[in-house]
Amino acid sequence: MGGDTLLLLMRLRTVIALVVVLAFFSAAAPNFLSSANMVLMLKHVALNAILAIGLTYVIVAGGIDLSVGSVAGLTGMVAGFLMLNGVPVGSDTLVRFNLFEIILIVLALGVAIGLLNGLLVARLKVAPFIATLGTLYVVRGAALLSSDGRTFPDLVGDAYYGTSGFPVIGGGYLIGLPVSVWILAVIAAIAAYVTLRTPLGRQIYAVGGNAVAAALSGIRVGRVLIVTYMVSGFCAAVVGLIIASELQAAHPATGETFELNAIAAAVLGGASMSGGRGTILGTLVGAAVIGVLGDGMVMMGVSAFWQMVIKGLVIIAAVLLDGAQARLQHRVAIRRAAAMA
Amino acid sequence: MTAPAPRMRAERVSKLYPGVQALDAVDFEIHAGAVNVLIGENGAGKSTLMKIIAGVEQPSAGRLLLDGAEVSFADPAAAARQGVCMVFQELSLFANLSIAENIFIGRERCRLGIDIDQGSEIARAREVLARLRHPLDPRALVSSLTIGQQQIVEIARALAQDARVLILDEPTSALSSAEAETLFGVIAELKERGVAIVYISHRLEELKRIGDHVTVLRDGRLVATAEMREVDVPWIVRQMIGRDAPARADCARGVPGDEVLRVTDMLLPRERGGFVVDHVSLSVRSGEIVGIYGLLGAGRTELLESIMGCRRDATGSVAVAGTDVSRLDVSGRVAAGVALVPEDRRHSGFVGTFSVARNLTLASLRRFTRLFHLDPAREASAVTASTSDLAIKAAGPDTPVTTLSGGNQQKVVIGKALLTKPRVLLLDEPTRGVDVGAKTEQYRLIRRLADEGLGVLFATSELDELTALADRVLVMREGVIALDLPCDDADHDSITAAANPRAEAA
Repeated sequence: MGGDTLLLLMRLRTVIALVVVLAFFSAAAPNFLSSANMVLMLKHVALNAILAIGLTYVIVAGGIDLSVGSVAGLTGMVAGFLMLNGVPVGSDTLVRFNLFEIILIVLALGVAIGLLNGLLVARLKVAPFIATLGTLYVVRGAALLSSDGRTFPDLVGDAYYGTSGFPVIGGGYLIGLPVSVWILAVIAAIAAYVTLRTPLGRQIYAVGGNAVAAALSGIRVGRVLIVTYMVSGFCAAVVGLIIASELQAAHPATGETFELNAIAAAVLGGASMSGGRGTILGTLVGAAVIGVLGDGMVMMGVSAFWQMVIKGLVIIAAVLLDGAQARLQHRVAIRRAAAMA
Repeated sequence: MTAPAPRMRAERVSKLYPGVQALDAVDFEIHAGAVNVLIGENGAGKSTLMKIIAGVEQPSAGRLLLDGAEVSFADPAAAARQGVCMVFQELSLFANLSIAENIFIGRERCRLGIDIDQGSEIARAREVLARLRHPLDPRALVSSLTIGQQQIVEIARALAQDARVLILDEPTSALSSAEAETLFGVIAELKERGVAIVYISHRLEELKRIGDHVTVLRDGRLVATAEMREVDVPWIVRQMIGRDAPARADCARGVPGDEVLRVTDMLLPRERGGFVVDHVSLSVRSGEIVGIYGLLGAGRTELLESIMGCRRDATGSVAVAGTDVSRLDVSGRVAAGVALVPEDRRHSGFVGTFSVARNLTLASLRRFTRLFHLDPAREASAVTASTSDLAIKAAGPDTPVTTLSGGNQQKVVIGKALLTKPRVLLLDEPTRGVDVGAKTEQYRLIRRLADEGLGVLFATSELDELTALADRVLVMREGVIALDLPCDDADHDSITAAANPRAEAA
């Protein structure tokens, strides 16, 4: 039964890694366990985790979405623009939007960019890496163009236009926890429910596991792929909103390289780049490892250069362990099958 | 010209995989200038034994002798250096490279050890291909070749390494009869040159024809060796499965019911002009099993895929139980009552990352959905029902589907199709990669499904399968239905004659 115990340990490797990292920094860095620091870390983790949840959908379906950081940037800019300006309709009317409308518009924009990614991949058959690399640039360019490279400052909101609640999204607290963490909790709960318990979730895993077999089973593969990119775009827009709200400013460079951390979180959490494998819970733990590792190293005064090296090594180690687990799992399964026969 | 001592010998070779004894002290002799047939059901250990001889795997016990001297091969390259080469069941060619590049892959000829001497590679490739009577252009891309030609390139690769022992693992499984004939010619010639050929195949008739020595494995053990001329096919089957071959399923007893599938004027254009499926019309009635026979490239698979709606450029109408489904996509046709069990299970039949249970319910998730979510209890009961109905042998519903035997995997794919409650079941090569013993079980299952009212349309390249299963025989040739016969009137000669392209006027 040694194989089974080992397999269990391997399955829990990300959780073990999280415990180890937490224990290490608690011992090594004073104040690490303080509630203020924990809340701060949770906020950092929340942003990456929300992006990573969207990416998990895409990755499980066998794709990749490199555009999420840019989408977060552009949606933040659009939120900032709409907070400060009205949109001209016709020749002399200027329509101002209230907070609720702004949130809807921004989220819809994220979903629309996801739809575009999905159409490129599923209908026009562009390789996901290339399609989303393209939108990464296009969307980032659009963010810069939207303000000519400048920041939209002072997004404090205005009661007259019904936007005064804006800073709450990224800066407010609810029962002692940041609002962004609650947003993560809601998104994670829905995302997990969909993957585990709905036909759509099952179909996403099937498409990532074997798209041809899925199609022959009557699953509309293209539609499933498009949905995953839309989910990813939605999550990116949520992150864009949270950041603009927290900083009370929208900067066009916001979100650069965010996609890399999000991919790292999904992969650490067990998502397979070849599709078919990955879980929301795993991704959450993966995002926590990345976040704790990053913040812990900052607190210990580890240089930013070394931080990158260490983060890279952790990702490679995770993938190596993942491969080892798959081999072990296969061996155990074969042994069981043999024992039965 | 049988050599007195064998070219190569495996002595008491054993192979242990975790928990599985794949080979148990097997002796095997490979004679020069002869076709040494190795035969056994799937899982009998044939492929493992060959992999050990070709250096792909190492034996757990026992030894190999080449020309009387003990050898051990660390890897396939080491075996090849000693002239022991294997042509794998799945072709291992690089479609994006030329014939010559494929032949010399991994041991490129270089000028001064730096750049590839293309001229010399091409010349040598041309020479080997000429020896095989296949003067293909060595610069042609492998992707432009037929499967039969690719097989020749594989053999050329072995010959270019001066193979003295050539292992062919199911070389005809993807070949048409004509291509297989060519291969047999090549084998006869290699024999004359004194090459020791090891030949693995499931096709007993063909083994009987070309084999000289026969060795039968069962459950990892050697059960019999004989001279091929002294034995017959029933003897081989008896040795393989340990009993006589069970009686084959007969023609339909019942009267076919209403028409459940009507295909009218199906047309699928070929990329470079012409048609893969050329104005095909057919009909299948409830309770009827219709078999489509044809050589490789006759358009069987493409016809089934067109009926299923996988081929977007296919035209013509498809009606299921009187309802026109021509405008529906695959998903719509599944809902309308068509299901396809494809030829290549791993590639398009099941989802390898899924368990048995998840594969079974994949095509019918809607049935198990309550409001938004899947109802695990209903799903589980459907899974239990189909595993027991189809007698799927698995450790449990959550077992990964990839750990099942070929026959049981096939049952999972069929079970998945059945859960959609189809009116018509399309089966492409229903027993490809299934043991001889398990084939009969598949036939009985298909017959039972038809008796329960399903219309079955299956495609096959095996005559035996056609006559064992079909109530009505359709022969396809170059996209056209060349013959339509009831089972009783179908004899092998007329079927073969209809399937083979007419000799063209010179």
